[in-house]
Amino acid sequence: MRNKQHTQLLFELSRPGRRAHRLGAVDVPSADPATALPANALATSLPPLPELAEGDVVRHFTNLSTLNMSVDTHFYPLGSCTMKYNPKRNERLASLPAMADVHPLQPGETIQGMLEILCELQSLLAEISGLPGVSLQPAAGAHGELTALMVAAAYFRSRGEDRPVVLTADSAHGTNPASAAMAGLETKTVKSDSRGLVDLQDLRRQLDEKTAVFMLTNPNTLGLFDSQIEEITAAVHSAGGLVYLDGANMNAILGITRPGDFGADLMHYNPHKTFSGPHGGGGPGAGPICVRDFLAPFLPSPIVVKRGSQYVLDHDRPQSIGRVRSFFGNVGVLLRAYFYIRSHGGEGLRRVSEDAVLSANYLRSRVKHILDVPHGDSCMHEFVASAARLKKEKGLTAMDLAKRLLDYGFHAPTVYFPLIVPEAVMAEPTETESKETLDAFAEALFRITDESSETVHQAPHSTAISRPDDVRAARQPIVRWSEPS
Amino acid sequence: MYFFHTDEDRKQMLAAIGVESVDALIASQVPAPVRMQRMLELGPPLTELQLEQRARELAKKNVSLDSHLCFMGAGAYDHFIPAVVDAIASRGEYYTSYTPYQAEVSQGNLQVMFEYETLITQLTGLDVSNASLYDGGSAAVEGVLMALGVSPARRRVVTTEGVHPEYRQTLDTYVAGIEAEVVTVDLDPQGTSSACLEAIDETTACVLIQHPNFFGCLEDVEKISAAAHRAGALVIQVFDPISLGMLKRPGDLGADIAVAEGQSLGNRLAFGGPYLGIMACRQDLVRRLPGRIAGQTTDRRGNRCWVLTLQTREQHIRREKATSNICSNQTLLALRATIYLSLLGPEGLRETATHCWQKTEYARRSIARCERFELLHSGPTFKEFAIRDRAGDVAGLFEHAVKQGILPGVPLGPFWPEHDDCLLVAVTESRTRAEIDRWTQTLAEAPVSGALSHA
Repeated sequence: MRNKQHTQLLFELSRPGRRAHRLGAVDVPSADPATALPANALATSLPPLPELAEGDVVRHFTNLSTLNMSVDTHFYPLGSCTMKYNPKRNERLASLPAMADVHPLQPGETIQGMLEILCELQSLLAEISGLPGVSLQPAAGAHGELTALMVAAAYFRSRGEDRPVVLTADSAHGTNPASAAMAGLETKTVKSDSRGLVDLQDLRRQLDEKTAVFMLTNPNTLGLFDSQIEEITAAVHSAGGLVYLDGANMNAILGITRPGDFGADLMHYNPHKTFSGPHGGGGPGAGPICVRDFLAPFLPSPIVVKRGSQYVLDHDRPQSIGRVRSFFGNVGVLLRAYFYIRSHGGEGLRRVSEDAVLSANYLRSRVKHILDVPHGDSCMHEFVASAARLKKEKGLTAMDLAKRLLDYGFHAPTVYFPLIVPEAVMAEPTETESKETLDAFAEALFRITDESSETVHQAPHSTAISRPDDVRAARQPIVRWSEPS
Repeated sequence: MYFFHTDEDRKQMLAAIGVESVDALIASQVPAPVRMQRMLELGPPLTELQLEQRARELAKKNVSLDSHLCFMGAGAYDHFIPAVVDAIASRGEYYTSYTPYQAEVSQGNLQVMFEYETLITQLTGLDVSNASLYDGGSAAVEGVLMALGVSPARRRVVTTEGVHPEYRQTLDTYVAGIEAEVVTVDLDPQGTSSACLEAIDETTACVLIQHPNFFGCLEDVEKISAAAHRAGALVIQVFDPISLGMLKRPGDLGADIAVAEGQSLGNRLAFGGPYLGIMACRQDLVRRLPGRIAGQTTDRRGNRCWVLTLQTREQHIRREKATSNICSNQTLLALRATIYLSLLGPEGLRETATHCWQKTEYARRSIARCERFELLHSGPTFKEFAIRDRAGDVAGLFEHAVKQGILPGVPLGPFWPEHDDCLLVAVTESRTRAEIDRWTQTLAEAPVSGALSHA
């Protein structure tokens, strides 16, 4: 069944003289590049790209696609990534020529429909977050974090306050400290307590007049809503700092609680997670941010505003930090988010989170008989189990479980994150999976723990490849194909 | 809406969990004072049909390339996209998967990433490429940050007015929080950055240059590279992927890092994104590259395969010491670029570049013959050029052209107030001679409206 011939590398399939795309003769009177262009600019040979027939290209990429697991084909409980169903209707609508074939520098009068959607999306995101200032510009969640930290820095600069320190939780995504470093800020880590929540004492000890922002993920990466949220935000505010919410886990709290209501001052969304924009094999995402009104003047430019009956792009914002990328933003992803939100309405979005929470707790209740779940008695939209006991007793690691699950036809949960749980197995089922699927997954996990260690250690057995040598890849990096010598 | 759980499912699930209701579950997690007491106000939910109707009604209020001829460019171009690109990229196996954390079930994506990286090195003449960044602008900035990381003692960044103004604005935003000084040199009357030679000194970390530049003019990158390298600075070239069917590659011109907007390679205009940030560099800079990299290895059975590699550069391992904070990237756009370049091959790329250049030359010669317009720069260009309206009525010109079904170019006023009488015009392979003639005629015959002309 597997087609090994056509899944060779493009460069190995190449044969001199094959062609796919042709344009034919130029229909304007020809000029001579040799006289019109400087000799030192002209290439003397063409880039050595592969030469393929159209049929080659189609068969190659179609066969390669079958080597991927995806949401369309498999249960994909990758924790922290919200791998929910990606509605086909959104794909079609975002691909309409009048949406997808619009030039980014067209004047406002020619794109009133587009600006109306984006303006409405700004309002929808503000309502969901409880934070009124919105920028749709950032290209991904991490980009939103960086942008928001720049906004915070500009705000403090405008007040003449020197606040160079960002506090992040030890359970935070790696992007949090990396974003702080990129913004030119210093990072300090706040510990988690034995419950997996923010260690309030440690936070209070570290907060001072140098603190700019405390970056918080809530629900956190253990899938727990921090019950001390009011004390946390009050402590940060009374030290003169701002609270940033990493919105990676917004799928848990839509219509249940709002970051603005629990004290966050800035946040980003991951619309490719929460609002079902597909993940694209690694991207594109988008990273719109929402902020309190006193921070809104510092948001990137432009933003969309309505003046009378016209929608316009407002560039005249003197306190803005400026741009964080070229053009408006990842509009294709934002359109899908808009279509998703409008498909659900307020009640629908609340049900999204309720079902996500229900599914995660149900799966947790089944998994906890197999693996320890070290933190909490319940969870929000995801939970983190630990294979530490299994490792000690049977020599099976989180990685072994992950690999063997692939044989059962399930994508693995996130493993070894967050860092504060040994042998972490982080599962996020999402609201778009049936009880039967969750049962089958728990069943598979149960059966794996009963299998011979050898079977599990050498898994996966049914995939195209098994246990690639990562060490070799890093020690002797081969990051491009080269002509065999 | 896309739910699964029936009332019966819920009942069984709640019983298994041992709680009475979902509300009780939520109450066990979220403190009462912060729980919402009302529904979110997001409008009524729309069925698929209603959503389609709403979207189509809004779509009618947009002018698009479906109805209008596009002569707009400035970093985003109306290049033709072969049907195969959409057919493959719309496969759910690609677009509904995620970052290949589990290599065994992601060999499709990983091999595509490896092929993409190879194609970008072939295209640029440089040694290594990452698997994508967000867009051309943030790629240019990441290039500068790499260079600043190489030589911590050097804090000067030399750039020019020929670099896309939005890329430079992005750079300004990023360097606001870090110690670095950006020096921007003016263009000469030819439209090139010859003055940047004098701006390079011993404190210069890098030169950020665009070739062909924002105005379409050809820079002497070889000369600038030589000067930069003599001073110990790196060269970051913003390039146009399509131009490499005719012009020398960044690596052959001496660039150390090459960055580009990859929208041209099979990606739709989509009002600005998602696009594709391309970045390639010399081998010795590989450990400073931001973003994902796919590499080749073998599995336990000895099969050749692909994995994410050199991950100690990345945020999920190195946290605040990572080369960048980038996590999710633009893989789907990189897939499209990979398919696009596979379809073109070297001859297709040459043909596309040649069509762009010949048609641009034709349009440039035609408009220069109209009394109302003059060329802003005298030097040679690739697929873009700027014209000055002697009547100084770019807004009126644009409005008139739109009525005739043409997006005539990008007004330069918003970027350069002193060029508010100029249009930047791009001509791709998609335009026919008849369409170019229509464009010329429409501009030539446009009435001068309102204010007094500059002439």
